[in-house]
Amino acid sequence: MFYREAGQFKTTYLADQQIFPITQDRIGVLLILAVAFVAVPMLFNEYWIKAILIPFLIFSLAALGLNILTGYAGQLSLGSAAFMAVGAFASYNFMLRVDGMPILIAFVCGGLSAAVVGIAFGLPSLRIKGFYLAVATLAAQFFIVWALTKFGWFSNYSSSGVITAQEMQIFGYKFVTAESKYLLVLSIVVLLALAAKNMVRSSIGRAWMAVRDMDVAAEVIGIRIMHTKLLAFAVSSFYCGVAGALYAYAYIGTVEPEGFNLDLSFKILFMIIIGGVGSIVGAFLGAAFIVLLPIALDVMVQEWLHGIFPPSISSNLQLVVFGGLIIFFLIVEPHGLARLWQIGKQKLRLWPFPH
Amino acid sequence: MSGRKIGEVILDLQNISLRFGGVKALTNISFDVREHEVRAIIGPNGAGKSSMLNVINGVYHPQEGRINFRGEERRKMEPHMAAMQGIARTFQNIALFKGMTVLDNVMTGRITKMKANFLEQAIRIGRAGREEVEHRKKVEEVIDFLEIQHIRKTPVGRLPYGLQKRVELARALAAEPSMLLLDEPMAGMNVEEKQDMCRFILDVNDQFGTTIVLIEHDMGVVMDISDRVVVLDYGKKIGDGTPDEVRNNQEVIAAYLGVAH
Amino acid sequence: MQFFFEVLIGGLLSGVMYSFVALGFVLIYKASGVFNFAQGAMVFAAALTFVGFQELGVPFWLALLIAFGVMVVLGILTERIVLRPLVNQPPITLFMATIGLTYVIEGLAQGAWGANVRGLELGIQDEPIEWLMETANISVSKFDLFGAGVAALLVTLLALFFQYTRIGRALRAVADDHQAALSIGIPLQQIWRIVWAVAGFVALVAGLIWGARNGVSFSLTFTALKALPVLILGGFTSIPGAIVGGLIIGSTEKLAEVYLGEYVGGGIDSWFPYVMALAFLLVRPEGLFGEKHIDRV
Ligand SMILES: Nc1ncnc2c1ncn2[C@@H]1O[C@H](COP(=O)(O)OP(=O)(O)OP(=O)(O)O)[C@@H](O)[C@H]1O
Ligand SMILES: [Mg+2]
Repeated sequence: MFYREAGQFKTTYLADQQIFPITQDRIGVLLILAVAFVAVPMLFNEYWIKAILIPFLIFSLAALGLNILTGYAGQLSLGSAAFMAVGAFASYNFMLRVDGMPILIAFVCGGLSAAVVGIAFGLPSLRIKGFYLAVATLAAQFFIVWALTKFGWFSNYSSSGVITAQEMQIFGYKFVTAESKYLLVLSIVVLLALAAKNMVRSSIGRAWMAVRDMDVAAEVIGIRIMHTKLLAFAVSSFYCGVAGALYAYAYIGTVEPEGFNLDLSFKILFMIIIGGVGSIVGAFLGAAFIVLLPIALDVMVQEWLHGIFPPSISSNLQLVVFGGLIIFFLIVEPHGLARLWQIGKQKLRLWPFPH
Repeated sequence: MSGRKIGEVILDLQNISLRFGGVKALTNISFDVREHEVRAIIGPNGAGKSSMLNVINGVYHPQEGRINFRGEERRKMEPHMAAMQGIARTFQNIALFKGMTVLDNVMTGRITKMKANFLEQAIRIGRAGREEVEHRKKVEEVIDFLEIQHIRKTPVGRLPYGLQKRVELARALAAEPSMLLLDEPMAGMNVEEKQDMCRFILDVNDQFGTTIVLIEHDMGVVMDISDRVVVLDYGKKIGDGTPDEVRNNQEVIAAYLGVAH
Repeated sequence: MQFFFEVLIGGLLSGVMYSFVALGFVLIYKASGVFNFAQGAMVFAAALTFVGFQELGVPFWLALLIAFGVMVVLGILTERIVLRPLVNQPPITLFMATIGLTYVIEGLAQGAWGANVRGLELGIQDEPIEWLMETANISVSKFDLFGAGVAALLVTLLALFFQYTRIGRALRAVADDHQAALSIGIPLQQIWRIVWAVAGFVALVAGLIWGARNGVSFSLTFTALKALPVLILGGFTSIPGAIVGGLIIGSTEKLAEVYLGEYVGGGIDSWFPYVMALAFLLVRPEGLFGEKHIDRV
C-alpha cells in the first residue's frame, strides 16, 4: 500500500534520472542511513560493531570494487585481496614516511596506489578475455603478496611483513572506540557507494556494461576499449585499496601480506556472486551474507552438532557450504540476493492486493 | 524519393584485399559511396559483404588497399575513430548490450558526444548531470522517431527479434551519424516489419541526409530503395551501378541464378 | 654449466608433471567447454583419499582402486549436480561454479580425513641417479625421473586413447562440435562422465607423485594450480600445447628460482609461472599453438 510509484509521473528527464526515482526508495534509503548512523551505535554492543558490522562494511566496499570490475565491466578478477593489500600497505607507508599525513589522505593515497597497480595488472585485459584473464589476475594475487612479504621496505622491515596500523586521528579526534571507528568506516563506505552508483548510471557505467555485453559493438559505437577497461581496473582497485586500508586501520589493526591471500579474493568473489553480479545493493547483501554465514554455522555446530563431530568440522563445513551456495546461486538465481530484493520490492508494490 | 541531392564521393575504397589465414574474404575491390545516397551491397552468402562493412569502419584491417573518407586517406583505422568521424552501424547478428535497457542502449550510442570525465560523473555535479539531461532529450527524439517509446525501460534481451533490430538502429542513429552502415537490417522480419524498417531507412536518409550503405538479401527491397548497387561474389566485385544496370548484368544474373527475384 | 643442466633437467622433469595436470584441464575443456578450476582440489582430494585409506591399513593397490573409485563418483556427481543444470550458460559462469566446486571438494576431503600433513610412500628414493652422476657428473633425482616417466607414459596412453578408441573419437567429436556430436547420437552426458572420470584419474596420479615428493597437504592445490599458466601458454584446447607449455613453465620456473631468486629473496616460484604466462600473452595472445582469432561480426 505504501510502496507505490503510481501517480508519481516524471515531468522532466531530470526527475526521471534521479539517483532513486521512486519517492519511497528515497525515504527508504534515508531511513536506512538514519538507522546506520544513529540507531546502530546506540543499539549494538561492542562485539557486534567490532566483529560484524565493521568487517561487513569493509567487505561491502571491497565487493563493490570487484563488482565494478566484474559485474559492470565484465572482467573477472581473482586478485581483489591483493589490491586490498596494496591499499593497506601503501596507506601504512604514507602514514609512516610522510610527516603529519592526515589519515583520510593516506587512505586516498592507498587507494590510488592500488589503482596504479590495478592498471598495471589490467593491461593484459586488452588482449585476453574470460578465464584467460582470470588466470592472469592470479599473477597479481601471488606476485603482490610475495613482494610485500619479501621486500622489507614495505613493512618497515618487520618480521614476515607484519604491519601495525597507526592510530587514526582527524583534527585531533582519535578514533579509538569501536563506535567511532564504525562511524568513520560507515561514512567512507556511504560516500564511495554513492559515487559508485553515480558512475554506473552515467556514461562511464554504460561504457563498462557495453564492453561487458558486446565489446565489438561497443568499440564501433565509439567507446575506447582500452581506456574503459583500464578505468574499470583503476576504479575497482581504488575501492579495494581503500577497503584494504580500512581493514588494517579500522578492523584488524595488525596485518600481514599473507592475510590477503587467494582465499580472501575468493570470498570477495563469492560476495558478488551471492549478492548479485552487477548490482550495488548486491555488494552489501553479499557481504552481509558472507560475514554472517560463518558465525551462524559456528553457532549451529556448537548447538546442534556438539559432541557428534569434532569442533574442527566447522571450518570444513564452512568450505562446503560456501562452495555449495555458490553453485546453488549460479544455478538457481544467477542475479543473486539483489534479484530477490527486487522481487520483494515488486511484491510490496502490489501489497496488499496480490493482483 | 524526395528532393534530396546526391553529392560528391565521400568514401572511396581502392583495391581492397582482405584475408583470414587462407580464406580470401575480399579480393581487389574498389568502389565508392556518394554523400546522401543509399548504396546497397548484395551478393550470395559468404561473398564478403559483411567483411566490406567491417573494413569501412575499421573492425577488420585489409592487408591491401586504400580507403579515403572525406578527403582523408587512411591506412588503418580503429572502430572508435570511425565512430568519431560520424560512421555508425548495425550488425547482421544483433549486437545489442543485452544486460541494459532500451534507453541505456540508445544512450550509449551518444557516448562520443558526452564530455564529462569520470570524476564529474562520480560526484554528478555540473557538466555530468546537465549532459545526462541534454542527451536524454536527443535520445528521446530518436526513440520517438523509431516508435519505440513503449519499450523504453525494457531490458533488450526480453524484446522480440524485430524490435531488437529497431533498437539497434536507434542506437546507431543516436550518434547522429553522417554515414550509416546497415548489415541486413531486415533479415528475419515479416512483411510488415520490413515495410516499417524500409520506411525508417528512407526517412533517415531523407530527413537527416544520412548516407546509407546497406546489405540486404531481399532483392525487391534493394531494388526499391537504393540508388546504386555493388555486387560481390566470392570476395570479388562482379557488378556495380544503378539497380537497373545491375539487374541486367550477365555476370550478376549468373551468380544469382536460382536466387534471382 | 653442469649446474645449469642439473637445474634444467630438474625443471623439465617437474614440468612433465605440470603438463600432466594441464592435460586434465584440457580434457575437460575440450569435451565440455568447462574450465575446471577444481582440478587442483581434485589432485589434493585424490591424494588425501589414497593416504587416508592406506592409513586405515588398506593395501596399496586397493587404496589406489578405492581412491580412483571416489574420483569417478565425484566426476559423475559433478556432471549431474553442477554441469547439467548449467548447460548453455556462459563459460565464465561454469568457471565460477568450478570455483565453488573447489571449496566443496576441499571441505569434504579435509572433513573426512583431517587437515594435517601426511607422508606418502611410493618406495622410490629421492636420491641422485648414480650412473648419471658418475658419467656426466649431473645429479638427477631418481624420484623426479620416475614421476616424469609415469606422467609421460600416461600422457602417451591418453593420446592413444583419444586417437584410436571409439570413446576417444567420440570425445574429440564432442570437442569439435557439440551439436554435431549430438546429432550422430553420442550421448553427451556419458561423454562428460567419462571425461571427468579420466580427469579424476589424472588428478589421482598427479596427487600420488606430488604427494610422495612434498607430503600430502593443502598446498598441493597450489602446486596443481600451476597448470593454469601452462594452459595459458599452450592454449586451452591443445594437447601438444599443454605438454610443451608444461615443460617451458617447469624449466623456466626452476631456472628463475636458481638464477634470479637470490637477487630478490627467493620464493619466486609462487608467482613466476603466472607472470611469465602473462608476459607471454602480451606478445602472443593466442598462445603457443592457438590460431590468431578475429571476432566475427
Ligand atoms: N573474423 C573472421 N575470421 C575468419 N574468417 C572470416 C571472418 N569474417 C569473415 N570470414 C570469412 O570471410 C568470408 C566472407 O564472409 P562475410 O561474413 O563477409 O560474408 P557475407 O557476404 O556477409 O555472408 P552472409 O550473407 O552469410 O552474411 C567467409 O568465407 C567467412 O568465413
Ligand atoms: Mg554477412
